[in-house]
Parts: sequence; structure tokens; C-alpha cells
Amino acid sequence: MELFINQVLAGIATGAIYACMALAVVMIYQAIDHLNFAQGEMAMFSTFIAWQLMQWGVPYWWAFLLTLAFSFAGGIAIERMLFKPLAKAPVLTNVAGFIALFAIVNSVAGLTWDFTIKQFPTPFGSSPFLGSQLISTHQAGMIGVTVGLLILLYLFFQFTRIGLAMRAAASLPESARLVGINTSWMIALGWGMASAIGAIAGILIAPVVFLEPNMMGGVLIYGFAAAVLGGLTSPLGAVIGGFLVGVFENLAGTYIPGVGNELKLPIALALIITVLVLKPAGLFGRPIVKRV
Amino acid sequence: MSVINLRLGAFAAALALLAATSSGALAQKKYDTGASDTEIKIGNIMPYSGPASAYGVIGKTEEAYFRKINAEGGINGRKINFVSYDDAYSPPKTVEQARKLVESDEVLLVFNSLGTPPNTAIQKYMNTKKVPQLFVATGATKWNDPKEFPWTMGWQPNYQSESQIYAKYILKNNPNAKIGILYQNDDYGKDYLKGFKDGLGAKAASMIVLEESYEVSQPTIDSHIVKLKSSGADVFFNITTPKFAAQAIKKNAEIGWKPLHFLNNVSGSIGSVMKPAGFENGQDIISSQYFKDPTDAQWKSDAGMKAWNEFLDKYYPEANRADASVMYAYIVAQGLVHVLKACGDDLTRANVMKQAASIKDLEVGGLLPGVKVNTSATDFAPLSQLQLIRFKGETWERFGEILSGDVGG
Repeated sequence: MELFINQVLAGIATGAIYACMALAVVMIYQAIDHLNFAQGEMAMFSTFIAWQLMQWGVPYWWAFLLTLAFSFAGGIAIERMLFKPLAKAPVLTNVAGFIALFAIVNSVAGLTWDFTIKQFPTPFGSSPFLGSQLISTHQAGMIGVTVGLLILLYLFFQFTRIGLAMRAAASLPESARLVGINTSWMIALGWGMASAIGAIAGILIAPVVFLEPNMMGGVLIYGFAAAVLGGLTSPLGAVIGGFLVGVFENLAGTYIPGVGNELKLPIALALIITVLVLKPAGLFGRPIVKRV
Repeated sequence: MSVINLRLGAFAAALALLAATSSGALAQKKYDTGASDTEIKIGNIMPYSGPASAYGVIGKTEEAYFRKINAEGGINGRKINFVSYDDAYSPPKTVEQARKLVESDEVLLVFNSLGTPPNTAIQKYMNTKKVPQLFVATGATKWNDPKEFPWTMGWQPNYQSESQIYAKYILKNNPNAKIGILYQNDDYGKDYLKGFKDGLGAKAASMIVLEESYEVSQPTIDSHIVKLKSSGADVFFNITTPKFAAQAIKKNAEIGWKPLHFLNNVSGSIGSVMKPAGFENGQDIISSQYFKDPTDAQWKSDAGMKAWNEFLDKYYPEANRADASVMYAYIVAQGLVHVLKACGDDLTRANVMKQAASIKDLEVGGLLPGVKVNTSATDFAPLSQLQLIRFKGETWERFGEILSGDVGG
């Protein structure tokens, strides 16, 4: 029983990592209707910027804010320069663009900061949380920030003009344009926000997995799994999906003999496929109905 | 008029002298493709791009070291021409580059090509072509197999030797230990695991309480550590690469698991493992070493370390001095220079292998005191000695004597 509780708690802690990433995945999906394969690398790059600022002596929270601003601007710049010209291109062209971006960002980070792992500070400390030796204060803080972020996003999309405009531009671009919304800039804004959320995710994840150019590789796959499980259109679903994937992965690894260790990653992939077959919109997503 | 005559005369004399010396020398000098009076052409394959690109610095350091050798007059008057290609750690590309080096660039030998899968892919080819595949940059045990593969030679202490040393230590000091193992699920991890079990012998089954494996694609290994802790193990053998090693050390401290911790030397770097993991979390971990960690403060005023720093200042100033790969490359490049010097004027591929297989107690700058390079016609594992070390404060403390564990392929 103790092992069970331990694994569930460890799963929730790891799940927070996936949830953060899934949130960024959902953001970009909302804006452009595609999965951004370079999302993880962009988050990693933002984290390196935060690290570099701190190396130069900038205090943690200032580095945090500057990184967010930079990532937001960077996301918009990438959309304007790379993906706006591809807006009308077929999906495959876009996918090629994402993969190119992935390789470029990864290599540039490696060239600039090399591949040895780096320690990344946490504002929450890493002592045991509430006496539990399974969740550290950092991981508890991470869960808190993820939930806080989720609430902010909800308020933003429900109650602000710009949030509503973004939703309109994503779901009914034609009509949105007719009521005077600049849909093209709404997409850019979506990129900026996704990039900033990615930066938060990276900054939260780095203290656990250590900062290096390949730190997001595995995380992104689980982030996708979490987003698909929860529903690609639902930020709440993405976060819950993240925790579910984390816990499910640990329990399957511990209790299903044979599956255990070697098949942990395929578990994430199996989850993606199962959900896509049984409930394509995910647990919390809206089914997309197209009128013909 | 007389000036011209004088010049002609001098020219004729010079010509005669040249003819005399070259015909005399021709009797002793022997060359294979890739070597000449002025040059020795060395091939190399490195992952400058792709997933293992962190190791690319090895190729860059070697290139810098050979520039130093050339600037100092070369090897027996011949300059090294170092041709290094990128294979992105992808075996099919390694094959392509090896063919290019052998058949188009016509190198004398391929030196220190990196990685177990890439080297496995070209081993047969190199041996069929009878071109030396010298001092490969991998710790797999299989390179020490002179009978099957007389043209392939390893370099660093292999994984099985190392884990046997830990096994012997445990049998001697903790005969009733309950051992938990975490290993990377690939050739590297399994090589270590095999050596460890062989070392424990018949007691392996009763002593090992849990074997956990992880995939490199996993973001964290937290769940494995939790499981290992609850298995009740009091000895932990940590067979992980740097990132995961740091995660494991940190997680152990976080969940308050304090076993006797053995860490494979793959992850022994202070700069890229112990420091990120937190010095306070790594106290009393046992590992092993054969060369000096450049980030270790105890070598600050060491002569070998000073020479290394001078070399980097002059020929590779942008090198990251916390990166153990830079030291690794410096040492293996010296090994090659030793072999080529020993070849003298007989620069044939057969003689290269012969000289490489007859190194006696060679000490090169950067190796730990007492660690020596030794080979023979039946021992193609140049380095097989290790020093046990224990982490204290912010540095590794050496303890016990230099141990050796020769394991064949």
C-alpha cells in the first residue's frame, strides 16, 4: 500500500511537468489548429535565456519576467517570419516547418550553451513538502503554478475582449473577420502566449530534469499524450490529462509485470491512440462539428 | 658567366646529394597508403551533430592537439593531417564516412571513432580492409578481441572491468548487502550489468533485490528511485548517463534514501553531474576514475593539469574546461602520438597495429598517478586500471590502491 501511495504521489509530481507542457500545446492548438513539434525546444530555449540572465546576475524574478516578455515577443516573431507565409500551405508543409524549427532551435542552443547539464534554481526550495518525502516543495509549487495559470487562462478566454476575439478567430475565422477582428494578429498573439506559457513550463521543469538542449524531448511526447487525453481544445482537460498520464504511467510501470520499465514511453503512445480511437475529442474537449 | 657556372655546379652537387640520401633512406622507409615523407593522414568520425553531439568536443580537442604536434615539428618530421567527419551518431552514416576515409581520402588509419553502435557498424569493414580502427571511443567490452578483430583496438577501461571492481568491493566489505540497480536500457547499461553480475558470481541472485531499467527518452527517473527505495535495498548501483545520474542523486536526497551508492564512472564528472546534483546530496558516493577531473580542485597546481591548460590556452581557448571529454581527448591523442612515434619510418598499417599492441607502462599527461597504458598481442584493452574514489566535500577522494580488471571481449 505504501508503494502504491508513493507511486501515485510521484506520478502527480511528474504529472505536473506534463500538465505544464500540455497547457502550452493546447494554447498553440487553439490558435492554429496544429500541434507545434518545436514547442518543447522553444520552451527549452526560453529556459536557457532565463538561466543566462541569472548567470549575468539578474535576480530570479526579474529574469523570470524578462524571459516571459522575450518569449512572448519571440513567439510572435516566429509566427510573423516563418508561419504566416505558410498559413495557406498544406498541413505537411507546416509540419516540415515545425520540424525544421525543432532542429534549428535545438542546435543553436547546443552551440551557444553546450550540452553539459546545468543546475536551474527554484524559488520554492526543494525540501520535503508538508513532511511528505515524496513531493518536494518545488513540485508542490509547480502544481500550484500550473493550476494558477489555468485559472488565469480561463478568465482571459471567458471575460476579456481580446481573449474572446482570439477564440472567435480560431473557431470561425471568416465570421471573426467580418466583425472586425484581425485574425492574422490573433494567431500571432496565440503563438506569443503559447511561447510564454512554454517558458513558464521550461523554468518549472528545469530544476527537476536539469537544463540541457535535449531536456524537452521526452517531456513533449508526454505533453502531447496529456493534451490529447484531456482534449486538445480544453486547457482544463490538458492539465487533468497531464496528472492522469503521470499517475497512470507510474502505476502501469510498477504493477503490470513485463510492461514495467521498458514500455513506459509506449504507454504514452498507446494512450494517444486509444483516446483518438475511442473519444477523438478527448475527455474534456468539444467534439468539432462541421456543417456541410 | 662565372656566377651561372657556380650555380650550376652547386645545383648538380645538391642533386647528387639528394639522390644519394634518398636512395639510402629508401631502404628503411616503408609506407602504406596515407603516409609519406611529409605527412601522416589520420581519419576520424565524430557525432558533431545529432543526439550525441556533446561528444563532438573530443574531435575538436584532438584536432587542436595535432595542430600543437605539427607546430612543434610533427612526428619524426611528418605532419599529421587529421581528417574528421560527422556521422551524427548514426551507424549507416558512420559506414559511409569510414568508406570515404579509407577509399577516397586514403587515410593510414581511423582513430578514436566514437560510440558503440557506430563502431560496431564499421568493425567488419575496417577488418576486411585491414585498416586500423585504433583506440575507439567507447567503453564496451567487445573491442578487446584481437583474435576475431586484429585491426580494432579499444582505449578506455571497459564497462565490465569497472563493474567487476565494484562487485569485488561489495563482496569484501558488505557481504550481506541487498543491492538495487538502476541501469539504462541499452548495450551500455547491459554491459555494466553483466560485468557486475559476473563479479558477484553465485551470490548475484541472492544479493540483488531489484533491477530497474529506464529509457533515455524518459523525462525523469523519479518513479524508479521511489521503487528502489521501497525494495529495501541498502546498496545502490547507479548505471546512468550524466543527466539521469544527477537526477538520481538529487531524488535520493529528496526522498531520504541513503544507501551505499555506487556511481558508474561515465557520470563521475564533478562539473556536469555532482555540482548540478548538489554537493551536499552526493556525499560518500563511490565511483572510479582513471584520469584527472579538470573540475576537481585537488589538481589545481598539478603539473599535468598545468600542461593541459597551457595546451588549451594556445590551441583551443574556447574549450569548456569543465567538460571531461576535453581531458579524455587530450589523453587519447597522446596515445596515438606515442604509437606513431614508435612506428618510426615504418608507417605501414601492420606496423601501426604492432606498435599499438606493444605499449609498456606508458604514462601520459592527464592520467591519474599510477594508471598506465599497457597492451600486448593478446590484450587490446590499453587502459584497464581504475582507482576507487569517494565523494567528500566538493571533490573526489581517492582511496585504496589502483585496481585492475581485465575482461576480454
